[in-house]
Amino acid sequence: MTRAIPLLIFGTILMLAVGCTPDHLMSTFDPVGPVAAEQKKVWDYVFWAMVFVFVTVLPALLYMCIKFRRKEGDPIPAQVHGNRNLEILWTVLPIVVLAVAAVPTLNVLRFVLEPPANSIQVNVTGHQWWWEFEYPELGVKTANELYVPVGHPVQFNLMSKDVIHSFWVPKLGGKMDAIPTRTNVMWYQADVVSPEEGFYGQCMEFCGTSHANMKLRVHAVDSDEFDQWVEDQTEPGPEAEELSELAAQGKDHFENLDFKATYTDGSVSQQRCAYCHTVAGLGISGARTGPNLTHLASRGTLLSAMVDNTSENLADWLENPQVMKPGSRMPNPELSDEQTAALVAYLQSLK
Amino acid sequence: MATGTQSGGILARPTSIDGVWGWITTVDAKRIGMMYITTSILFFLWGGIQALIVRTQLSHPGAEFVSPDTYNSMFTMHALTMIFLAIMPMSVGFFNLVVPLQIGARDVAFPRMNALSYWVYLFGGILLSMGWLVGEAASAGWFAYAPLTESAYAANRGMDFYVLGLLVLGTSSMAGAFNFIVTIINLRAPGMSFFKLPVFVWMTFLTSILLVTAFPVITVALIELMFDRYLGANFFIASQGGDPLLWQHLFWVFGHPEVYILILPAMGIVSEVLPTFARKPLFGYSVIIFSGIVIGVMGWMVWSHHMFTVGLGTVAVGVFTVTTMLIAVPTGVKVFSWMATLWKGSIALTTANLYSIGFIALFVIGGLSGVSHAMSSSDFQQHETYYVIAHIHYVLFGGSIMALFSGLYYWYPKFTGRMMDERYGKVQFWMLFAGMNICFGPMHWVGMDGMPRRIYTYASNMGWDFWNMISTIGAFILGFSILLLLHNLVRSLKKGEIADGDPWDGRTLEWSIPSPAPHYNFARIPTVTDRDDWWARKYATGDDGITRPVPQGGAYGHGEEDVDVHSIHLPDPSYWPLVTAIGMALMGGGFAFHLAITVVGALIMTVGIYGWAFEPVNEPSDDH
Repeated sequence: MTRAIPLLIFGTILMLAVGCTPDHLMSTFDPVGPVAAEQKKVWDYVFWAMVFVFVTVLPALLYMCIKFRRKEGDPIPAQVHGNRNLEILWTVLPIVVLAVAAVPTLNVLRFVLEPPANSIQVNVTGHQWWWEFEYPELGVKTANELYVPVGHPVQFNLMSKDVIHSFWVPKLGGKMDAIPTRTNVMWYQADVVSPEEGFYGQCMEFCGTSHANMKLRVHAVDSDEFDQWVEDQTEPGPEAEELSELAAQGKDHFENLDFKATYTDGSVSQQRCAYCHTVAGLGISGARTGPNLTHLASRGTLLSAMVDNTSENLADWLENPQVMKPGSRMPNPELSDEQTAALVAYLQSLK
Repeated sequence: MATGTQSGGILARPTSIDGVWGWITTVDAKRIGMMYITTSILFFLWGGIQALIVRTQLSHPGAEFVSPDTYNSMFTMHALTMIFLAIMPMSVGFFNLVVPLQIGARDVAFPRMNALSYWVYLFGGILLSMGWLVGEAASAGWFAYAPLTESAYAANRGMDFYVLGLLVLGTSSMAGAFNFIVTIINLRAPGMSFFKLPVFVWMTFLTSILLVTAFPVITVALIELMFDRYLGANFFIASQGGDPLLWQHLFWVFGHPEVYILILPAMGIVSEVLPTFARKPLFGYSVIIFSGIVIGVMGWMVWSHHMFTVGLGTVAVGVFTVTTMLIAVPTGVKVFSWMATLWKGSIALTTANLYSIGFIALFVIGGLSGVSHAMSSSDFQQHETYYVIAHIHYVLFGGSIMALFSGLYYWYPKFTGRMMDERYGKVQFWMLFAGMNICFGPMHWVGMDGMPRRIYTYASNMGWDFWNMISTIGAFILGFSILLLLHNLVRSLKKGEIADGDPWDGRTLEWSIPSPAPHYNFARIPTVTDRDDWWARKYATGDDGITRPVPQGGAYGHGEEDVDVHSIHLPDPSYWPLVTAIGMALMGGGFAFHLAITVVGALIMTVGIYGWAFEPVNEPSDDH
C-alpha cells in the first residue's frame, strides 16, 4: 500500500510530462489565439484546484487506511454519529469555492461565445464527411481548408446539410456544433502564422461511418498573403486552351462524360463530375453535393484533410472512393485508366 | 399443501419451489435478485468483450482489426449493454436481495410484478442485443442523436432494436421501481421510521423515484423516433421541419437523472460497507440522506451540460454551468462524510471494504473531472474528446462498478451461505484497480491532447499512439481481473468457507438472520428501535463512553426456535409473469421482423395478464 504513493506521484508527473506536449498537432495546451488562450486560463485555474483536492483527499484516505487499520484486540471505536459544525463547514466551503470559480468561467463564456463585430464572416456547412466553406463578403467558396488572416477575428456561421457535425480546431479554441435547421455562431482568431500544413481540426460530433475521417485545416497567414489567396480563389477555373492536351481532355470528361455511378447503398445512376462538384467557369456550375473543386490543386490535402494532395492519391481515390474513405457519399465512377489519368491531370491544374 | 387451483381454466398455479421450475416460477425477491445479478454479470462480460474490441482497434494508429461500421456498433452497443443491461440491473438485483431484509419484510410488495420485471429485463436485453444476431447492430452511439438515427442515415434494423429494446426495458425498470417505492413505504418493520432506514434502502427509494420520473421522458422520445422511422412522421427530421435538438433535450432530460440512477445505488452500498468495516456508524446520516435527495432533485436541472456546444446561447449555457457546478456540493458532502466515517474507526481491509474505499478514491477523481466539465467556457475544448471518456469511466467504472463489486463481496455470504475467497479477492481488487487506472487514466491526457471520442482510427502523426497502447494494456488487465472475479464467484459457491449469519459483525437487520437467508426471511418480524438495530442489539455504550458487547446480544434469528416456520404464508410461485414477459418481448420484437409476431405477442400478453388477474392463491387466506 505504501509503495503505491511514490508510484502514483511518479506516474502523474510522467503523464504530465508526456501528455501536455504542446507541439502535438491537436493539443489544447498550445493556444495560438485569444479564444483558446482564455479557455486555457479557465482550464489552468480548474486544473490546479483539482490538483489541490486530489493531493489532500487521496493521501488523507490512504493515511486513514494505514493509521486506523484494525489490529488484533483493538477496542470498539467511539460510536460518533456526526458533528454539526463540521457538516456545515464542508457544505458551505465548497459553495464558496465554486462561487468564486464561477466568476471567471462566466466572464470567459461571454468572451468566447460572442464574436467581435469586425469579424470576417465564414459560412461553414457540414456534410457527411467533408466541410464546405464560403466567405460571403469575399466571394470565396472552398472546402476542407480555410485561410484566415493573422490577428483578425473570424466568425463562423455553422450549418449542416445532413446530420449533426461539430467544428473544432483545438489550437484556435473550443468547438461548436453544426446542426441542420439552425445556424450556430462561433469565432476564432489566430495570432501566429500557422505551420505550412496549417492548424489541425476535426469533426467532433459522431456523424456516421467516416466520422473519424472528417478533418480540416486552418491556414493562418499574414494579411498580404491572405489578400493574395482571396484574389486567387475568386478566379474561375482555367480555359481549355490554357491546359495541356491531357488536362483539356480531363476538363471535357469532368463536364461531359456520363459514367455509371455506384453508390454505397447499391443504387446505380448516370452521373457526371460536374453534377455534384463545382469548378467555377464551367457550363454546369453551382453544384454543392460534393466539395467545390475550383482551386483543388491549391490545397495541401484531399478527402477532408485525410491524405496529402498528390496525383497518386487522387488517382487511387477515383479508382474507388470506398476504399480510401469508408462509407463515402461519392459514388464509384468505374472509370477507365485513361479517363482517370485525364481527370487527375485536369484536377491538378486547378491552382 | 393444497393442490394447485386452476386459474381461468388454463394453468394450475405451481406449488413447488424446487428445481428449475421452482426458479422459473419464483416470486421470491432473493431468487429474483440472484437471477438479476447473474444475468447482469453475463451482459457485463459481453459489454466487456465489446470494450476490448474497441480498445484493440485503438491500440495503434490505422489499425484494421474491425471495419469502421463494426467499430461504431461496438462502442454504441458497449455503452447500451453496460448501462441498461449490466449496471442498472445489477443495482436492481441488490435492491431485491437486500431491501426486504434490511427493512424486516418477508418479500417485496408485488412479488409477481417483481418476477415480471426480471423476465422483461432478460427478454428486453436480448431484444436490444438482437442486432448482433442478425448482423445489424445499432451504430449511432448510445445517445443516438437525430437525424443520424432516421431511416435516411440508419437504414438497417439496428436503430429499431435500439428503440424497441429500450422501450421494453423501460417497462421492466418502471415496474421494478414502483414495486420498491411501495415496498419501502408499506413494508417496513414496526418501529422503522424513515429516518431509521438503512442508507442503502434510502438510495433505493430515491433511485426508484428517479426511475419512474425519468423513464417516461425517454419513452416519449423513443416513441417519437419510432413514429419517424415506421410511420414517416417528422419529429426529428430537419429537412421536413422537424427539430433534431428536440431529441437531444428529451434524451438528456432522461439521460442526466439516469446518471444518478446509476450512481445512487452505488453510494448506498458504500454507505453500508464502510460503517460495517470501520465499526462506526455512518458519519452524518441525515446529511447523507439529504444530499442524496438534493442530488436527485438537482439531477433534473443540469441536462443541458451535455449540450453546451449546440448553440443554446450565453445565458442558457451560463445557467447550466452554475447548476452543474452546484451539484458537486452534495456529492462532496457525501465523500467527506464517508471519510469521516473511516476516521478513528477500526478499519478491516476486507475485499468488500477495499472496493468501497477504492470507490471513494476513483469517484473523487471522476467528480473532479466532472467539475472541470461544468466550467463550460473551458469545456468547449474538452467536449467530445477522450477526456469525457475518462470522466464517465471514473464515475461509472470507478464509481458504480466498484461499489457493485463491493456489494457482491459483502452480501455474497448472506445469500449463498459461503464466503468469497479473500485472497483471490484482494489480488483481483488490486488488478482491477491498477487496470482501471492504467486504462482510463491516460485518456485524460489524450483527450486534452485533442483525441476525439468515437473515432475508429487516428493518424500516427497525432502523438496519441503511446497512451492509447497503454490504455489498451490496462483494458486487458481489467479483463483478466474480471475473469478472476468470475472464478471466485463460481468457485466459492462450492468451496467457499461456510458463513455464519453475521460474518462481518454487521449493523443492519439482514445480518440478524442465518445465512443463507431462509426463504421466509424473518421467522418473526423484528421490532426496530435503533438506526443500526442489529448493532444496537449486540453492543452498548456504557456511561464511561466505551462500547462493549452485550451478553447474549448477538443471538441469530428472530424466533426460529418458537415459530413454526412452515406456517409462514408466502406468495405462491406463478407462471404468469414469464408468460406476460414473453408476450411483451414478442410484441416489441415483431416491429423489427414481422407484424404477425407483434399480434401473436399481444395475444400471449393478454392471456398472461388475464391468467395473472384471476390466479387464485393456493392456500385459503382466512388464517393470515
